[in-house]
Amino acid sequence: MSDSKPGSGAGPGAGSQAAPPAEAGAGAQTCPVSGQGGHPAVERPPVTDWRTDWDHLDPRWRDNPFPIWDELRKGPIARTERFEGAWLPTRYEDVKAIAYDTEHFTSRRIVLRHRKYEDPPLPAPPITSDPPEHKAHKQVLLPFFTPQEVGKLEPMARRICRGLIDDFIADGSCDAAQQYARHIPVRIIAYMLGVPVKDSDLFIRWIHEILEVGIVDDEIGKNATKAMRDYFRHHIALRKEGRSEAEPDGPEPDLIRVMMDGSLNGVPFEENHVLGTLNLLMIAGIDTTWSSIGAAILHFGRHPDDRRRLIEEPDLMPTAIEELLRAYSPVTMAREIKKDVTMGGCPMKQGEMVLLSFPAANRDPAMFPDADRVVLDRQENRHGAFGLGIHRCVGSNLARMELRVAIEEWLKRIPDYRVDGEVRWSDGTVRGPRTLPVVFG
Amino acid sequence: MKVRVDPERCEGHSRCHALAPELFALDDFGNAAAIGDGAVPPGLEEKARLAAANCPEYAVEIVEDAE
Ligand code: HEM
Ligand code: SF4
Repeated sequence: MSDSKPGSGAGPGAGSQAAPPAEAGAGAQTCPVSGQGGHPAVERPPVTDWRTDWDHLDPRWRDNPFPIWDELRKGPIARTERFEGAWLPTRYEDVKAIAYDTEHFTSRRIVLRHRKYEDPPLPAPPITSDPPEHKAHKQVLLPFFTPQEVGKLEPMARRICRGLIDDFIADGSCDAAQQYARHIPVRIIAYMLGVPVKDSDLFIRWIHEILEVGIVDDEIGKNATKAMRDYFRHHIALRKEGRSEAEPDGPEPDLIRVMMDGSLNGVPFEENHVLGTLNLLMIAGIDTTWSSIGAAILHFGRHPDDRRRLIEEPDLMPTAIEELLRAYSPVTMAREIKKDVTMGGCPMKQGEMVLLSFPAANRDPAMFPDADRVVLDRQENRHGAFGLGIHRCVGSNLARMELRVAIEEWLKRIPDYRVDGEVRWSDGTVRGPRTLPVVFG
Repeated sequence: MKVRVDPERCEGHSRCHALAPELFALDDFGNAAAIGDGAVPPGLEEKARLAAANCPEYAVEIVEDAE
């Protein structure tokens, strides 16, 4: 067992400014403030009090959110007037209760922006769908993402990883986020969708503009979304003419075709639905898995004891993967409050938002003993890295396969390495290392 | 000992199947069900408990034999 404490100096964020403890005076049932809705933060003033003024775009959250969540968990659900008024549960049970409560919390907005610029928001089924439609919107995709189907892509994933390593191994060092982790999920989802793998860099740019820049700059976010929709529109049009630019050995049917042929009760999906789902499949699987692979390589770079243990005991891989997903969960979603509701004493008003932090839930010591320690053989691990309830990640089996293969291939060729230089983390809703300099041997 | 999957709760995380493929099968959508009548062959009790302890939706139930 390692004694890694990612929440302290030993983990990610080491060397970065530690977050100051938040005020946790209030009892669990009194609410910090009642929400009146605030003004959109144009530039971002630094957070003064995490309990009443939290901001997940603050650099201290980006670099080391764990101590912030630890403090907040001791009090009521936190509040901010930023983002036009939003709440932040950090306890596992609160996150789970909100994820399950689709009556009061709608998924029509799942990203917290500085302001809600579009009304109604563009749909991206199934992630923006609520019951009862959600189920059918999801079921059309599920058969292509079972462990068995995903298993067929494993040889390809290995080839990609080996090829990437071939390109830098002789250098004796690399940026593991930029030169390795980043390229694995994007190529596989391009292949599954039925678009040219060589367009990968384009997708990476759009996603950055949507998920990171776009939450504070409406124009850039909108333009990237539009560019992506136009891209898929083009590939749909090609198929209607009996052509396609899918990889020659690609799957039959590919996901573009699946969505084109999709229907609900005999009525074909509308174009808006088809484009929304295709955009989602592109966006949901890339930064997320990239982040997980990067965080895993970072962890093993900083914790050689864990690295050696996993190499010596490969049977630990299944629990180790889940533990890394728990401890470094990359994905934070949001919900919009559909009907006024009181949670943990907090009066939540229709139209306000909730930041649904699966990463904070996964570090809750009430649910996970030694929550800040990475325990490669953790026996009980009901983590919610892929969500909880009906929106469970469609790509969870794919992401797990990619993460496992990426680690296996890396450790086979680079069993000995260390992190050397500054690690930079992403901004926004998907958290992972974006620069990860490592030196081999 | 027997295992059972509550189909109302299962959301297809596939943790049970990954940990105990002898006991849990997945359907075409990735949702789980116990294989056969759910009876746990001798020697697989630990795996059954592990599967239950890793289901994020608490969908795996264990029914211990009466003493
Ligand atoms: C480590 C990698 C990944 C993580 C941590 C992750 C996490 C999540 C989370 C937390 C949700 C729930 C959203 C919510 O409750 O609002 C979700 C949903 C989703 N994810 Fe992932 N994801 C990952 C990779 C992928 C991949 C590879 C794909 C495949 C293309 C994908 C596709 C989706 C889709 C389509 C949904 C919507 C499901 C629904 O609404 O029913 N994800 N993901
Ligand atoms: S672990 Fe639970 S949710 Fe997942 S497939 Fe098994 S029963 Fe279903």
